[in-house]
Amino acid sequence: MSIPVYILKRILQTLPLLFLVSVMSFLIIKLSPVDPLAELKLNPSISPQTLQAEKVRLGLNLPIYKQYWKWLSSATKGDLGISTSGEKVSDRLMERIPNTLLLTIITIVITWIVAVPLGIFAALHWRSTTDRILTVISSLGMAIPSFFFALLLLIFAVKTGWFPVGGLTSVGFEKFNIFQKFLDMAHHLFLPVLVLTTISLAGLQRQMRGNMLDILEADYIKMARAKGLPENMVIYKHALRNAINPMVTMLGFEFASLLSGAALTEFVFQYPGLGRLILEAVLKLDINLVMASLMIGAIMLILGNLIADILLKLVDPRITLD
Amino acid sequence: MKDYFKKNTLISHLLRDKFALVGMIVLLILYLGITFASFIAPYSKDFSDRHLSYAPPSKIFMIDQQGHFSWPYTYNYIRKFNPDTFSMDYRIDRSNKYYLRFFSEGFKYKFLGIVPTKIHLITVEKTGRLFFLGSDINGRDNFSRLLYGGQISLTIGFLALFISFPIGLIYGGIAGYFGGKIDNIMMRIAEAIMSIPSFYLLISLAAILPANMTSSQRFTLITVILAFIGWAGFSRVIRGMVLSIKNQEFVEASKALGSNSLRIIVKHILPQTASYVIVAMTLSVPGYILAESGLSFLGLGIQQPDASWGNMLKEAQEYVNIINRPWLLVPGLLIFIAVLSFNLVGDAVRDILDPKSKIRE
Repeated sequence: MSIPVYILKRILQTLPLLFLVSVMSFLIIKLSPVDPLAELKLNPSISPQTLQAEKVRLGLNLPIYKQYWKWLSSATKGDLGISTSGEKVSDRLMERIPNTLLLTIITIVITWIVAVPLGIFAALHWRSTTDRILTVISSLGMAIPSFFFALLLLIFAVKTGWFPVGGLTSVGFEKFNIFQKFLDMAHHLFLPVLVLTTISLAGLQRQMRGNMLDILEADYIKMARAKGLPENMVIYKHALRNAINPMVTMLGFEFASLLSGAALTEFVFQYPGLGRLILEAVLKLDINLVMASLMIGAIMLILGNLIADILLKLVDPRITLD
Repeated sequence: MKDYFKKNTLISHLLRDKFALVGMIVLLILYLGITFASFIAPYSKDFSDRHLSYAPPSKIFMIDQQGHFSWPYTYNYIRKFNPDTFSMDYRIDRSNKYYLRFFSEGFKYKFLGIVPTKIHLITVEKTGRLFFLGSDINGRDNFSRLLYGGQISLTIGFLALFISFPIGLIYGGIAGYFGGKIDNIMMRIAEAIMSIPSFYLLISLAAILPANMTSSQRFTLITVILAFIGWAGFSRVIRGMVLSIKNQEFVEASKALGSNSLRIIVKHILPQTASYVIVAMTLSVPGYILAESGLSFLGLGIQQPDASWGNMLKEAQEYVNIINRPWLLVPGLLIFIAVLSFNLVGDAVRDILDPKSKIRE
């Protein structure tokens, strides 16, 4: 099966899954004893007409399955309702999604750049002092709670004044030139990325080390060595290519845990991402926004897994897509 | 019982692993601490001295002004408003010494929840205040609250584990055993749960809990929510294992003997997954602890006046607080230590039960 056909098939398979996710999210929200319009009613900037329109759109007096149907039909048309602040939910999501993607993608790239070589190094120097030290560091990195580490870095940022606290951009960002904009965002992103990288680095490094150790014992590696291939060729041409495959599979999983981990980090650093948006929505009982964020979170996760599967196909020709 | 200490059992292997041994000792200390919390804590969970909010840790002296050894004593703090910085400053009041007392009377409690008593490990003379780790915004003793908070933070994960794993086992077992349509439907449901980023789902579920619950109701429901998040991924792995186990001969034999399906799943198939289950369980305790503390840290989990390490760390969210009052970070440090120790033990368990895995050794 060619890759485009495979992608199409996977996307079609995703639809029933998303339908289930939406039913579940909807039921969870309906379990809540809160009046979904309570916050809207309290906001004086929202006109009674808007309120009435929301009531009709949500169909609050209808039975629950009809309410769900109404939500689904307006959602497929791209109308996700309005949030308690009176803005359109879709606008708020669009504003936040790129920020979260930026944070997670930078984290994944950096994690890989650091973890893979460290994993290879640890495997090649199995049971050496460096290997032991790396194991200890990775245990520490895995155990530190993201929010606690973020708090520690926050103290560091405030005490030294080296890093801005909170947000993604400084005041007057619009007036900067491209280069300044880039530097400014990098400056803001540094600490959140550091937190998320530290936390996911450990697992990935261990995984890489484990894969590499397994592969180095395989018969074809012994064969390669026996026929007198230089050690570099054995490791980088034969062992590495095979050891990296399980890592690609982990990419999807990595993305999922990053989305979750990012929520707390975004909260501590006041980073304008999706995680903080859903958190604020949840705290304010902004029903429309919570519902939409759960769906977007699920879509991002499913897409992440799909991308990981396609990448796996690209790096490992043995895998058949079906 | 004796068998467990013989050669080549799980425990004897664990005791030989240095990292795991350290982890187990730390955990033992932590769990002893929370078991005897009321005995060790100088103050009760709700004791508060409103005049001493954010008091710094009490200094304990063993050598007096004349340079002689003395029975340990402490001084009280005096709070004074500083007009220059507009803040409350604490100064040691050296006018009166307060001697520490061991095994003497304090507030009433039940030892181990049974024996009513007033004896405490350590207290201080009347009108003295003994805050080993300072006090919080309401003037409550952080040290005592850490002990009580640990009772929640260190047990909620286990409780959630003992709900989610049986569910995951049975669910995965049924799906894998019957296969076909049942499997298809059951796995789609599990996948739907797994498709929502777990933390998003966690906070959404926690947020819909009604506000007017008693603390034990809240504790129970938070446990249920944590369990709800955890079972799906686990059940998928179990289902995969069951798919391969169910075609083996002993299953066929049991079928031929006329056992019913549930009996085959529970008695014959699921025990085959035991070593994976033990490994997965040990490795997932830290996740539950982190999830609870994350929730409470955001204010969605365990609520005041109950203590949990997560909600105690909540006070450190304001950076004015953490810079001037670093002792508020101790709960975070404890979460870190507990999670690290569980990881060390978990890794060792995995190495022993799953010799093929080379993640660590």
